[in-house]
Amino acid sequence: MPEEISQSNGPVVEASAVSVQRMHSRGVAVEDVNWQVKAGEYWIIGGPHGSGKSSFVITMAGLRVPATGVIRHFGQDLAQLSEHDILAQRLRVGFVFKNGGRMFAQLTVAESVALPLRYHRNWTNDEVNAAVKALLEITELTPLAGSTAQDLATGWQERVGLARALALEPEVLFLDEPMAGLEGGHRRWWRRFLDELCRGAAWAKGRKMTVIAATSDFSYWHGEQCQYALLKDGRWQPLEGRPNAPEINELVKS
Amino acid sequence: MANDTHTASAPSGAQRALQIAYMGRAGRGMLDVVADLRAMGAFLLITLVVALRKFNTASEVVHPAIRAQIARAGVALMRMMALLAAALGMVVVGQTVFLLSRYGAETYASAVMVSVVVRELGPIMAAFLVMIRVGAANVVELGTARALGEVEALEALGIDPIHYLVVPRVLGMGLAIFALTIYFVIFALCSGYLFAFIEQVPLTPGQYFSQLAGALLWQDFVLLALKAVCFGMLIAIVTCYEGLAAPMRLDDVSRAATNAIAKCVVGMVLLDAFFMLVYLVI
Repeated sequence: MPEEISQSNGPVVEASAVSVQRMHSRGVAVEDVNWQVKAGEYWIIGGPHGSGKSSFVITMAGLRVPATGVIRHFGQDLAQLSEHDILAQRLRVGFVFKNGGRMFAQLTVAESVALPLRYHRNWTNDEVNAAVKALLEITELTPLAGSTAQDLATGWQERVGLARALALEPEVLFLDEPMAGLEGGHRRWWRRFLDELCRGAAWAKGRKMTVIAATSDFSYWHGEQCQYALLKDGRWQPLEGRPNAPEINELVKS
Repeated sequence: MANDTHTASAPSGAQRALQIAYMGRAGRGMLDVVADLRAMGAFLLITLVVALRKFNTASEVVHPAIRAQIARAGVALMRMMALLAAALGMVVVGQTVFLLSRYGAETYASAVMVSVVVRELGPIMAAFLVMIRVGAANVVELGTARALGEVEALEALGIDPIHYLVVPRVLGMGLAIFALTIYFVIFALCSGYLFAFIEQVPLTPGQYFSQLAGALLWQDFVLLALKAVCFGMLIAIVTCYEGLAAPMRLDDVSRAATNAIAKCVVGMVLLDAFFMLVYLVI
């Protein structure tokens, strides 16, 4: 059933009258969100600091319950799913956290990436190792396979978070400010990588991924296929067309 | 005159307000204890259900984690446990045998040793050692993981934190404390005899160990195992609960660790008292 929805170009993520609770304080971050994301779309959600972007993407990814409203993934209302079905849905949605991707402190890079595979797939060691090797190669982490979080700069930790999220081959990838605080080289790499993901990268056998990223700086994003939305003053505002970066940044600041 | 006496013994308004404030504080304290007990009971039940339902799920990840916990809370502490058991064995068992032999009451030595070492000292010393060395580290590890959002990252990957983080600790610490208790008893009884031998107590090894075997009942083995496993699970549940249950910041981790240790000590004393009642009843 979920496969049918994603193949038939129906919304893979859908929000109806959703209000999002703030994560670290009381109150509602964003109200009355009505939004549909179709398979293969590339959304950039912008907003000033403190506008509730993290709360928004975490809630839309199904990791938190919305204050009100209904969130559907692949046509199914998350609030109505059994524990087993929630797990099945969650494996189809990847999430990359901000500020270093929340890399597991006790594990090395390779162990972090292998963890979801060992936990969810009934694979042999060789199969897991081969998948980890491939993921580390595409994220350029191979030389750091044995490093732990303490040995890595934030930019590299963020990539570990990406490799870990891609391990289970999700259909939708949420990213919370993946380029925040990164230097130019890392930012260019992320932009190119996410563009490839949306277009259908060769290493993903041409499979297009739906990408939804939060950002506080629209100027990082130039992808032609990108769609933009703004979170500001508790309101959700999809932006028509592709306004140029200075214009959007003005919107965020004003 | 009667009125004066009445006025003197009756509490003034300020005293009454103070009494009410104390009672209010005590009442709130009691309610907090009840709420804590209820939350930890629920946490224990969830953990046991997850352990049973998912025992063979993700065994490639969870079973090695259980073995790692046994190594950390058991194997790694064996040398320290042996040293502690030898020292306490000499002090407690050796001196008891030595004193009883002075009054010609060696025949009671085995009963005293079973009561002191097997029933009390063994499980509680193993539990205290594991609580200090591993329990506190548990809270710090889990609290830090919670504060840095690693627990949420596990959930994002569809990994149940109770299954991945708590179940291995509960099972591992339960089994580790059981094993450490057995080692403690063996080391303490042997070192106790060594001390008695050095003090030239007229007791052959054969007499000593046959007296011990005679004093041990089958209930001792069952209750020893139960008590040790319960101590292990108590420490694991309290430390995991304090580390994981509530959202926390990094500054809260040290407070959570001290809270957990205090609760473990109180829990262990109460559990010990419960087992003492069981020993008296059976």
